[in-house]
Amino acid sequence: MSIASSTATTAETAEAGRGFWRRFLWNRRYTFVTIASLVVLMLAWEFFGRRMDPIFASYPTDIAKTFKAEVQDGTLQTALFDSLKPLALGYLIAALGGIPLGLVLGRYRIVEAAFGVYITAGYAMPMVAFIPLLILWFGLGFSVKVAVVVVMTVFPIVISTWAGVNSVPKSLVEVGKSFMASEAAVMRKIILPSTVPHIMTGLRLGIGRAVIGIVIAEFFTSIGGLGGLIINAGQQFDTSALFVPVVVLMALGVGLTRGVGWLESRVAPWYAGVSGGRDPE
Amino acid sequence: MTTSTLDSEPMTTPADGGRRPRVVIDEVSKRFTITERKSTSTVQALDRVSLEVEDGEIVALTGLSGCGKTTLLRIIMGLEKASSGTVTVGDKVVTGCGYDRGLVFQHAELFPWRTALQNVEFGLEVKGVPADERRRIATEKLELVGLGNAMDRRPDQLSGGMKQRVGLARALSIEPEVLLMDEPFGALDAQTREGLQMEVLRIHRETGKTIVFVTHDLDEAVLLADRVVLMAPNPGRVDTIFDIPIKGPREDFFAIRGLDEFAHTRYAIWSRLMAGVHGDAPREEER
Ligand SMILES: Nc1ncnc2c1ncn2[C@@H]1O[C@H](COP(=O)(O)OP(=O)(O)OP(=O)(O)O)[C@@H](O)[C@H]1O
Ligand SMILES: [Mg+2]
Repeated sequence: MSIASSTATTAETAEAGRGFWRRFLWNRRYTFVTIASLVVLMLAWEFFGRRMDPIFASYPTDIAKTFKAEVQDGTLQTALFDSLKPLALGYLIAALGGIPLGLVLGRYRIVEAAFGVYITAGYAMPMVAFIPLLILWFGLGFSVKVAVVVVMTVFPIVISTWAGVNSVPKSLVEVGKSFMASEAAVMRKIILPSTVPHIMTGLRLGIGRAVIGIVIAEFFTSIGGLGGLIINAGQQFDTSALFVPVVVLMALGVGLTRGVGWLESRVAPWYAGVSGGRDPE
Repeated sequence: MTTSTLDSEPMTTPADGGRRPRVVIDEVSKRFTITERKSTSTVQALDRVSLEVEDGEIVALTGLSGCGKTTLLRIIMGLEKASSGTVTVGDKVVTGCGYDRGLVFQHAELFPWRTALQNVEFGLEVKGVPADERRRIATEKLELVGLGNAMDRRPDQLSGGMKQRVGLARALSIEPEVLLMDEPFGALDAQTREGLQMEVLRIHRETGKTIVFVTHDLDEAVLLADRVVLMAPNPGRVDTIFDIPIKGPREDFFAIRGLDEFAHTRYAIWSRLMAGVHGDAPREEER
């Protein structure tokens, strides 16, 4: 209890205020652990990085300096947009194509029998192997980047959606039947909503692979984008310039995955109540 | 008390006052083929089951696990096709589901992404009832089952008993003439179960619907039903049909449980059930 204030009302507000801050800090205790961990890593990196040959390693303050310079002359923004445009388009195509395909694969045995193998094979095999072929088909421009992103992303989206449909309880479909729901109504009102959490998982897996895809595509074609920056910096032995796009890519990957995760909790709030996962703190 | 095995019971003809039974199950058999890794085998889930249910009657199906109660209910609902024989509801032979029948599933089977109200609206939505009308009917049905205050909760925020009520409201939403229920209150505690049983009796009194329900609980069967159909397994068949001699309103469970008729009928069903477990007749030392 507080004895600092003389009147009851101010004492109460002070108490309430302190309670608020205590709760505020306590609720974010894990965030602080994460931040502390990052700070320790940065300090260690700075300390050891400065001691090493600048051709092999860089350190945070040096990277920050290069980062600032690249932002000021606009190279970083240009590269970022060069990467983001094909990434967004490819991801969109993969989602718009992959979700319906997964739904149909899961719902109709005959479609599953006809096309399931290709999807499984496409998911299992490293898609990087196809990049030379894609370059032959699409050349060295914007479209090949889109194609690589699509090819990298579409399979996890299809597979998750497909698995999601397979895990829709038969009894829920029977509820639909018992009310004489048409096939279209079963698909739209039962299969699709029931599969949303799996679709979101696919989208979350997909976004990570999309980022990988865009970098690989830019490595192969070595034109533009963050991948292009990395290749160029590497060829000039400019280690700090190499780390700048790496850091941006990392932030991009984490940010986008988080974004999809957030979307997931918005689109299927009911799922947290029925799945075994932890509640968000 | 009259008990009659079905074999000796003649088919009811429309001659008795022109009244037709609401549900006529005529020589229904069901075989399931089970494919294991190499071999296929068949299970005779139902063997020439015949049963008639009068309009407004409450019939309980009971019997050992695996005797085909669920299968029979699903065939009446039209979710399962009989291997042979027919089911007629009203004047139509059942070939699939229909709005003249509503099924309450054993585990409610609500859509987890819909609120209680939206769950009840589902059937009406599929049927093409306009939105405001839908809302009105769903609200009314939820109030009927005593859930007027939990309409906007999702299933994961409802208790087991509440979920069953939503399932009941959903089945009632389309105003079916026949209400089918598969062990609707099996997984509930005694108090909640009694509450819901009372609810069912009240709905039956208010709407006069024909009700066929499956239960393992002989008390429940005798408390609610006009007739109890005891089934036997391997192959699934009707063993004995018991008429429940308790007349008049049923809501006073306390009084009914005290009646001699209640105890006698329950004992009769129980001993017949046990005869099926232990052999042909209950042995003397088990009495
Ligand atoms: N889809 C199915 N495929 C194969 N066999 C089935 C299927 N459904 C039911 N059976 C078999 O039919 C028989 C009757 O099953 P049913 O579910 O109707 O029994 P029940 O009387 O409802 O039992 P319980 O009281 O345990 O619910 C059982 O032997 C069961 O193994
Ligand atoms: Mg059953």
